[in-house]
Amino acid sequence: MSEREAQTTVLHAQQLVKRFGGITATDHVTLELKKGARHALIGPNGAGKTTLINLLTGVLPPTEGRIVLDGQDITDLPPHLRVQRGMVRTFQINQLFDSLSPLQTLALTVSRQQGLGARWWQKLGRNAQVMARCEQLLERFHLSEVMNQPTRVLPYGKRRLLEIAIALSCEPRVLLLDEPVAGVPAGEREELLQTVAALPADVSVLLIEHDMDLVFSFAKYMTVLVNGAVLTEGEPEAIANDERVKAVYLGHGTEATLEDGHG
Amino acid sequence: MKAQDALLGASRMKAWELALWLALLASPLALPTHALIINEIAIVALFAISLDLILGYSGIVSLGHAAFFGLGGYAAGLLAKHISPDPLTGLLLAAVVSALAGALMSLTVLRGNDLTRLMVTLGFALILYELANKLDWLTGGADGLQGVTMGPLLGRFEFDLFGRTAALYSLTVLLLVFLVLRRVVHSPYGATLMAIRDNRLRAMSIGIPVASRLASVYTLAAGIAGMAGALLTQTTGFASLDLFDIHRSADVMLMLVIGGTGWLYGGIFGAAVFKVMQDVLSNITPQYWTFWLGLFLVVLVMVGRERLVRPRSWFARGKTQEAR
Amino acid sequence: MAELLRIEDLRAGYGEAVVLQGVSLALEQGQTLALLGRNGTGKTTLINTLAGATRQHGGRIYLGVGAQQVDLSRLPSFERAAAGIGWVPQERNIFKSLTVHENLTAVARPGPWSPQSVYQMFPRLAERKGNLGTQLSGGEQQMLAVGRALVLNPRLLLLDEPLEGLAPIIVEELLRAIARITREEGLSAIIVEQHPQAILAISQQTVVLDRGTVVHQGTAAQLQAQPELLDSLLGVAR
Repeated sequence: MSEREAQTTVLHAQQLVKRFGGITATDHVTLELKKGARHALIGPNGAGKTTLINLLTGVLPPTEGRIVLDGQDITDLPPHLRVQRGMVRTFQINQLFDSLSPLQTLALTVSRQQGLGARWWQKLGRNAQVMARCEQLLERFHLSEVMNQPTRVLPYGKRRLLEIAIALSCEPRVLLLDEPVAGVPAGEREELLQTVAALPADVSVLLIEHDMDLVFSFAKYMTVLVNGAVLTEGEPEAIANDERVKAVYLGHGTEATLEDGHG
Repeated sequence: MKAQDALLGASRMKAWELALWLALLASPLALPTHALIINEIAIVALFAISLDLILGYSGIVSLGHAAFFGLGGYAAGLLAKHISPDPLTGLLLAAVVSALAGALMSLTVLRGNDLTRLMVTLGFALILYELANKLDWLTGGADGLQGVTMGPLLGRFEFDLFGRTAALYSLTVLLLVFLVLRRVVHSPYGATLMAIRDNRLRAMSIGIPVASRLASVYTLAAGIAGMAGALLTQTTGFASLDLFDIHRSADVMLMLVIGGTGWLYGGIFGAAVFKVMQDVLSNITPQYWTFWLGLFLVVLVMVGRERLVRPRSWFARGKTQEAR
Repeated sequence: MAELLRIEDLRAGYGEAVVLQGVSLALEQGQTLALLGRNGTGKTTLINTLAGATRQHGGRIYLGVGAQQVDLSRLPSFERAAAGIGWVPQERNIFKSLTVHENLTAVARPGPWSPQSVYQMFPRLAERKGNLGTQLSGGEQQMLAVGRALVLNPRLLLLDEPLEGLAPIIVEELLRAIARITREEGLSAIIVEQHPQAILAISQQTVVLDRGTVVHQGTAAQLQAQPELLDSLLGVAR
């Protein structure tokens, strides 16, 4: 048994199919996310990566196929219940609460996560534990100075950081990141991915990203999706040298356009 | 500033609020000739804050909130006529009946988009209007429910002709509900409502049970609207089809436009401004007061509520600062 | 090559806030300018000001030369587009309820670039011709935003982080395409990017901003040859 096969599968997408009218956006995709994984999902624009995340999180119902989380079939489970079981995602385009401040946003998320979301009689901010966790997260994501400003006035880079902070405040066990560093300034990208890589070893991470330097430094395993179907999967080394992957996605790094040390 | 202080500070009762409420409660005693209109303002303010709860805080649009106002009004009236003239029992029954109706209606309001919600809520109010019209053996039909006489409040305070007891009754109910709602909107529950309003997809994606949360707040808002309707019936001794009328649903929305949504005082200030304007203008020009009200609304929307309230800003250069 | 763009002492920002504190630069036809700087230094504000989406407090923006010269400062955005500005904003802003093809044909102006040539450059968009804007993936929206600016047949392309979220192979193609059209068609471009290496390779000029002012102006080759200078200007610790 290979080392990978010996690991526990935490999230298992089994032959997922998604059709929109005549278009097959997801074509019999099988993907296994192992416990503690640092697993990257790459592929050309429009290959169906975000659609796959939408299927896994329950935002879209699959046309065929099943999804198993921790051994339980969750194919028909509503999205908010999947989150409550520990499967959390971030969005490629920021999905934030524009009129709330980062502090309010994180406070409500952490409260919800700790089971206090339905409490109508207690003031938000009363719970010391929740506040401590919020301060920690605000600090880690450099949001402390802007914590009381409404999200809509924050610059794009801060909004992106908040997007990720929200996901982490849900204490995920399975984290699905959809292009997390898009729009984040150069100096903060590595830091952001380090924060993600530094998550507890038992948190399993699936990352969609186009910045290859970051992907190759982060991922231990990769799946390549093209036109809605899995083209190949394997360790980063093998993927980087796969001619088919180079032809459709990675390119050949011609000197006229890209230099080494990109990023 | 510590995180905790930032959040708690926002929800602490400020000095001006204390002063405002004391003034409001004292008003029927200080201005006894205006007790009737103070009563009306309090009732309609209660109605408005119940709409703000779903519109301003949860993002549910409704053109038929009067459905619950009317249900509460008739429930309280019928109870007083046939079973018990005790005002508080009537208030409670009205709240329960409207809340139940709200719970049922919430199923229809969760689906679709804003446009369909406007239609569905409007339709529901129209249905109730017709039902009240048709069931005239119960409701008195177009003539309305007459002769609703109330017993003394808390067994002691009789409803007097000047409306003083009525005004104090309505103001007290308004204050108590306001305090509870204040707690609610500053709680984690309230924060999840605002999250749903701002971004339903994200709210779902952080584990908030959106459907049940919206259903619960719609039920609560319906119950409060029912209480407002009950207060009107109890303090005027009369309930009519007018309680369900679309103009009630529309007026209450206008009050929120005037006062602002998403902060409970919006409903209160909006109700006060609207009612006072209505009263003053119709005394000056009984036929054309709606023209002046309309003009006021146009000016309000074009100039912006913030600037209208701050005369200094009329002389400042340029638009307000947007941050990047 | 003739001068295409001249900015003189530009002061601009949002509402009352002034972000650009007197920026001056000049660009020739067929030249590409790499606009660099740390986050929040005014790069996007400069692009937005050229496009007409901010409040200009002072200075002048001249497009073209001689009798054809236009002072953009006075013109609203749509007239600037007609004058030759093709803008690809940071947030893409494609027309969501229009299809890919409609997005392109709605704004197309006469010239070498047509929806067909955009489809040639981005075959993926051709496949998605009938899809609504909302049905596109992020990267596809990015490609559409660039294509839409191109069908305007502009004289000056303003690209605010155009490579963000694009597959590496598309990045190569897009950079190659920009290099080609600036060389062959005399199109000029101002590109803001987070990865300076990528665009320095296809740029002739660079301008580095800090706190709304120009702190460095020079050739791209110069910065490419002096990575330490580049790093210190961008404040990136390596």
